[in-house]
Order: sequence, then structure tokens, then C-alpha cells
Amino acid sequence: MTEKKQTTDYSAIEKKKEAATRLVDFGETLYTQMTQNEFPWITMPSRSIENIIYSPKLRQYILGDRRVKRSARNIRHIRPLSQLVWTAFFAHHLATNRKTSTLRDVYYSAQAYEMSFKDQSESDNVIIDLETVTGSAREEFNIFPEERSAVFGDLTIEYTVPGYEGRRMNLTSHPDGLMVGPALTYSEFVKTSANKVIAIEKGGLFTRFIEENVHTKHNALLVLTAGQAPRATRHFIRRLNKELELPVYILTDGDPWGMHIAMVIISGSANAAHIRDLTTPDAKWSGVWATDIQSYKLPSIPLTERDVKRLHELQRDPRYKEKLWQREIKTFMKIGKKAEQEAFSRYGLTYIVDEYLPAKLEAD
Amino acid sequence: MASQTFEEISPADFFYRNREIAGFTNPSRAIFAAIRELVENSLDAAEAFAVPPNIYVRLSDEQDSTPGTYLLRVQDNGSGITSRHIPSAFGQVLFGSKYKLKQSRGTFGLGGTMAVLYGQITTHKPAQIISSTASSKVYKYRIMVDIQRNKPVILERRILLNRDRWHGTIVEFSLEGDYYRAMPKILDYFKQTALVNPYANITFVDPKGRLYKFTRVTTKMPSPPKETLPHPYGVDVEKVKRLVRVTPHNNMLDFMKSHFHRISENIAKRFIEFADISPKKNPRKLNPQEIVKLVHMMKRYEDFRPPSASCLSPLGEDLLKAGILKALKPEFTAVCQRKPSTYAGHPFIVETAMAYGGEIPKRGDFILYRFANRIPLLYDEASDVSFRVVKSFNWRRYKASQDMPIAVLVHICSTKIPYKTVGKEFIADRPEIKREVLNGIRDVARRLKRFLSKREHVAKEKRRLNIFSKYLPKIAKFTTELAGREEEPDIEKLLLSVRKVDRKKTDD
Repeated sequence: MTEKKQTTDYSAIEKKKEAATRLVDFGETLYTQMTQNEFPWITMPSRSIENIIYSPKLRQYILGDRRVKRSARNIRHIRPLSQLVWTAFFAHHLATNRKTSTLRDVYYSAQAYEMSFKDQSESDNVIIDLETVTGSAREEFNIFPEERSAVFGDLTIEYTVPGYEGRRMNLTSHPDGLMVGPALTYSEFVKTSANKVIAIEKGGLFTRFIEENVHTKHNALLVLTAGQAPRATRHFIRRLNKELELPVYILTDGDPWGMHIAMVIISGSANAAHIRDLTTPDAKWSGVWATDIQSYKLPSIPLTERDVKRLHELQRDPRYKEKLWQREIKTFMKIGKKAEQEAFSRYGLTYIVDEYLPAKLEAD
Repeated sequence: MASQTFEEISPADFFYRNREIAGFTNPSRAIFAAIRELVENSLDAAEAFAVPPNIYVRLSDEQDSTPGTYLLRVQDNGSGITSRHIPSAFGQVLFGSKYKLKQSRGTFGLGGTMAVLYGQITTHKPAQIISSTASSKVYKYRIMVDIQRNKPVILERRILLNRDRWHGTIVEFSLEGDYYRAMPKILDYFKQTALVNPYANITFVDPKGRLYKFTRVTTKMPSPPKETLPHPYGVDVEKVKRLVRVTPHNNMLDFMKSHFHRISENIAKRFIEFADISPKKNPRKLNPQEIVKLVHMMKRYEDFRPPSASCLSPLGEDLLKAGILKALKPEFTAVCQRKPSTYAGHPFIVETAMAYGGEIPKRGDFILYRFANRIPLLYDEASDVSFRVVKSFNWRRYKASQDMPIAVLVHICSTKIPYKTVGKEFIADRPEIKREVLNGIRDVARRLKRFLSKREHVAKEKRRLNIFSKYLPKIAKFTTELAGREEEPDIEKLLLSVRKVDRKKTDD
């Protein structure tokens, strides 16, 4: 039983406070420049491809030393810079009013301030700039994506969001699981009986696991990633791993795309090279492996051209250089087959829970 | 074999039968041509008297007559016509004051009479002419044309007292026509005439009683054209024959010196030697073969001095510009007067102008205004030399395109405009003229290009400034709120600095 253990490093509240301070600092810097009759400017790490490098130490992509300057003196910079300033203002406004917003919402909110964005991808991009400038993830500014994933299992959390402060909730209270939204992201972990986390790619299997009481049978917290895990979910998994010291196992489809869902949870994505604390380097990809297709004689379908191309890309990716990954990539290419999680249903509905899962967890 | 009948016809009869070659093709064209001929006579008459023209034109529905019959009245403040010439001036075809070598609007002497003649054959009514040369008398005539004999028939002649020493001419007659179809051309004609005669007051009252008034912007007039002698390159056998008949001189040297343009003693001597004619030969005794040979040698001799353009009266850059500014109200205008040049022994000067923007409409093509000896040419544009030059012009090189509001103006003045028809509507493709028109258009196009480039630059700078003044205040506002400050930073200096740099850049 782990009783309310948290390190300052991973406290959501602390993170948010720090993010808010960084926003104010950012405003302060530009404000001071202007009072000194200087065109406001900033520098930030470059997010161009050449500046995204893999750090074997951190086991994730990080930004290199190249920095770029954005100055209001430059006619091409002034618009994006003012969008950045507005976004910082808006994020700070959200934080002080303890409100959250989605990426889409930010895009529309801009119009109320006569700060139009061409499209949502422009505003998304400015939000990434803001993350890069401040070094804080947008979730810490209360800006979330639309996608939602879920969590289920014996974990008691304490809400910190307005109106729910101090209220506690056990994550088994709803059989569909609880959405990993802003409220859960900012909650404090109080206690858990679980000793592991199982992240699952697909909703069908997630539901099956709940129905089959995997959470009690295996003392596990179940996380539904719903495809590629959203950043809030990746951050949540990391917290479970770091704060509660729970090992993380990931179950995905047996194909290059499933592999990569696991890898992004483990080592992060190039897109998020400017953000820390989204990765769980010690998490394990437990399957479905290519070798499982062979040893369990799973019903399989042939790899498509796209799958093979993707496998070749992954083979060269620095994140995949470890033995397990290289072995599985080679096996996929050798057998030319892939299999989904549902493939286990050929052995009955509970086979995956009763046979496959224990074998996989033990293998670790 | 059927027997053929031969009959001689008079010039009036000839033009009666072939009135389309003088521009009286159909009822709408005829009413346009009638107005135009009389207005041009009036402008010439005023300029001859060196007064800024005041011209009043009234076209009214003829009472008690078939529809489509109009009464046309044209009144000017010109020199007037001496009493004894009045009947012939309006009642005899090919009688006129314009057969000398001189730049003038009309050239064929058909104008006034042709209009009167047309009125007579369509309405069978006499014309009334009132004129005075600022003498103590005003003469009033009612005449008709005896078409077969090309003679005026005087129906009435009255002499009135001229206490105010009025000078000018009033012509009034009835004619058939189609004003409503001709109206756009007629209004264009007045507008363009006003443009190229910016020192004239022109008033037009149409049959509906609508008043169109074109007020002069200046009283400055170009110096009037002078009469000149024919240049040896420009004469033919008939011309020399006529000179031979009337010359008072009895040797070739004096004959050449006094009847031709720019021939000095020296040149006359050398030419006579070249033509292998004795300088002492009496020109009156030249036989036809010798005359043909003389004309032939004139064309071959290369050392005649080119014709002088001092006899020409171009509008001048200032007047042209004033006319354009008034008539077209453009945003930009450039005018150019080319140096005098010659074709076939006739001096000519090309004036060009280009106007952009302002009230010039976008027509999807360049608008071309053509003028010759200060009259607008409105018909048969596509056959005109200027039109061809404009069509084949490399506009892109000058940053101009057809979707821009651009008007091109070409004015050619010469002692002899090479019209292709008696209708005086388009100018032939003379290579010498074509070259001058092209060079003139290039000249003004270069200036248009500079204007457009500068404008583009200014617009770009304006956009730039707009971006700064749009976003900098926002940065100031949001950082102030973000930093939790009360007062926004003063960004006026920053905005001003952007502006200063701009000005410096523009000056470079």
C-alpha cells in the first residue's frame, strides 16, 4: 500500500505553478524590452529536423543546441510572435481562472481577441512554440487535445480542480473506466493496491480485461491508450511509473504501428522533442510480438507494402536499436504476417487473460 | 452592242453619289460626320483668328417633320468668312481654304459643304449661314447646292449691322439622322475634342435638351501652323506642272529656290547639276518629258535638307497634359513630344501620352485615343497604325497589363496626314510614322513603369507598416496583462522608427 507519495518533480500542481511563472516571465521579458524602446524578441530552441536529436541517455528525442530568434523587428516574425504572446496570455488567463481548454477551443478563442489564426494547425503550431519557449507542456497551461483515453483500477486519487478540491475517487468506481482528462491529469495520487500498469491499445480488449477482473487477478491498473496515446495519457502513465513506482506493460496489435504505439509511450516522439516527462523509458512492450504469432499460431494477415516500408523505417530508428525490437522487426519481415490483439479469440474469449497475459507478465 | 451613254458629273454630284467615302454612310454615321465637320471648321476658324474657340452646337428635333429629322446649329467665334465666299464655302464641293500646304484639321475641303449637301438631299431644305469677320456687317445667307453643277444657289441674302463687332460663323440646316444610335460616338467625339483642344469651350445641347459643357482649362494656345512650300520629295508631276504654269521666275535656279521647301542657292545649284538641267533654263519652257525627268531626279537626289517642322503646330506637352488631366482625371500621366520627322517629304510630329488610374475605367484592354491634327479619330480603330503598335507592344516589359486602367494617346500632326480614306478615320501604316509612334509609346511607357514600380513599392511599404501597427500594439497589450503591469509600454517610438527607415529607403 503506497500512501500519498509524491516527489516535487512530478507534482502536477507544482508543474502548473511553474508553467504559470514561466508564462509571466515570458511576458515580463518582452514588456521590459519594449519599455527600453527595443523591439520585443525571444530566442528558443530550433524545432527544425536537423535540431531534433536522439539522446541515448534520456532515451528520447531532444532538441539540440541550435536556437532561433523571433523578433518583432522582423516583418515575417511579428505576426507569429504576437500570436505567441497572445497564446501565452490566454494560457495564463486559463490557469488563473482555473479553466481548461482544447486545442480547437484555443483556435476559436483567438478570434475574440482579433488574433486570427489561418487554421487550427497554425494555432497548434504556436502552442508548440509556447511549449518550446517555456519548456512546459501545454497540459500544464490547461490546454488539452480532443482525444481522450481511459484508466481503470484500484487507484484513489484526490482532485485539485476547482469545485472538486480534496474530493477523492477510486478508479474502479466506473466500469467503463475514467477518462484521462484535465481533472485526472491534475489529480494527486493517494493510494493504490496495484503493483503494475497495463496499457492497452484497443477499447475492446480494455473492456474485456475489466470484465475478466484483470485488475484484481493481476493487481493491475488498466490504461486504454485508444490508439496512439495522447500526451496527457503518456504523462499519466509516466506518473504512475515514477510516482507509484509501478512497472508498465504495454499490449498492442502485432504490427509495426502497434509497436510504435508502445515505443512512443516508452521513448516519446520527435514532435515532442521539446518536452520532457512524457516518456516512460522503463515500460515494456509485452506484445503482440511477431514471435507470438509464430508460437501461439495466431490467425494472421499478410503485411502490406506500407507495413513493410514502416518496418524498414523503424529498423533504422535510434529508438529501436535494442535487441528485442530488432528481433521482432526482423521476424515480422521474415514471416510477412501481422496479427491483431483480437486474434487470441480463436482460443476462446478468456484465453488472452487466462493464458497469454500471465505468460507475458512472467516472462519479464 | 448596247450603246453607252457618257456624262460628265460635277464634284458635288460625285460626292452625292459616293457620300460614304466622305463618312456619310448611314443615318447614324451621317449625323456624327455632319457635327464633326462643322466643329472642326469652327476650331480652325477660331485658331486662325488666334482666339480660344467658343463653340456651341445644338441638335434639335425638327418641328412638323418626319421623326429622325434634326435641325443642327453650329456657332463659333472664329474668323468668319468674307461675304463673297460664304455661298461657295457651303455650297460648292472642293471649295475651301485648305488646299495650301499647311497643317489643318480638314484636308479635302469637303467638310462643310458635304454636311449641307447631305442635309439638302435628305430634307430638301436650304441651309442658313450667318457670318461676320468683325467688320461692321453681318451677312446672312440662305443657300442650296445645285448638285449637278456644283454651284451654290442663293435663296436669300441679308446684311445686318454688327454693332458689337462680332466675329464668327453660324451654320444651321436640317438633316436626317439617327442621333440615338450615334450618341455614344458623338459624346466621345466631344470629350476627346475637348481633351486635345484644352483651350476651347465646347457646348453641346442634344435633342432631349441635355447640356454637355466642356470648359477650357487654359487660354494658352499652341502657335498656329504656318503655310509652307512643298518639299521636293513630296511633289508629283502634276504639282510641278502647275508651278511651272504660274511661276514668275525665268531660270531654274530661282524656280527651285522659291517654290520648294528648304532649298538654298547652293542646294539648288548642286541639284540642277545632278539633274543635268541648265540653271539658266526657263522653267516655263520645260516640256512634259523634262518635267517627268525633273520630278524623277528630285526623288533620287539625296542631299535635300529634310523638311522643317517649324510650320507644324503640335499641341505641346503642357497642353496635352492639361487636356488629359481634365478629360480623364487620371492618377498618373506622362506625355512625350517626339522630335519632328518626315515621310515622303512631309514633316510630322508624333505626340504620345499614357494615363493610368483615376477615372480611367478598366476595360480589359488598353484604351487608345487617336488624334490627327488635333481631331479625334473614332472609327476603324483596328486599321490604324497606332492600334497596331499598341497591340504588338511589349507591355509586360513595362510592368503594364491589359487589366490595368491604362489609356494610351497618340497625336500625329503633319502638313499631310496619311489617311487611308476621305472619311479621315485611320492612319496608314507608314514605316516612318510607325517608328515614331512606337518610340513615343516606349518613352511614356518607361515613365509609367517607373510610376508603377514606385507605387508598388509604396504599397508594399504601406502593407509592411500596417503589419507593424497591427501587431505591435497587440504584443504590448498582451505582455502588459501577462506581466501583470498596469501601464502598457510606449511603442510609438518603435512604430516611428519603422517609418523612418522606410522614408530613407524610399529616398534611395
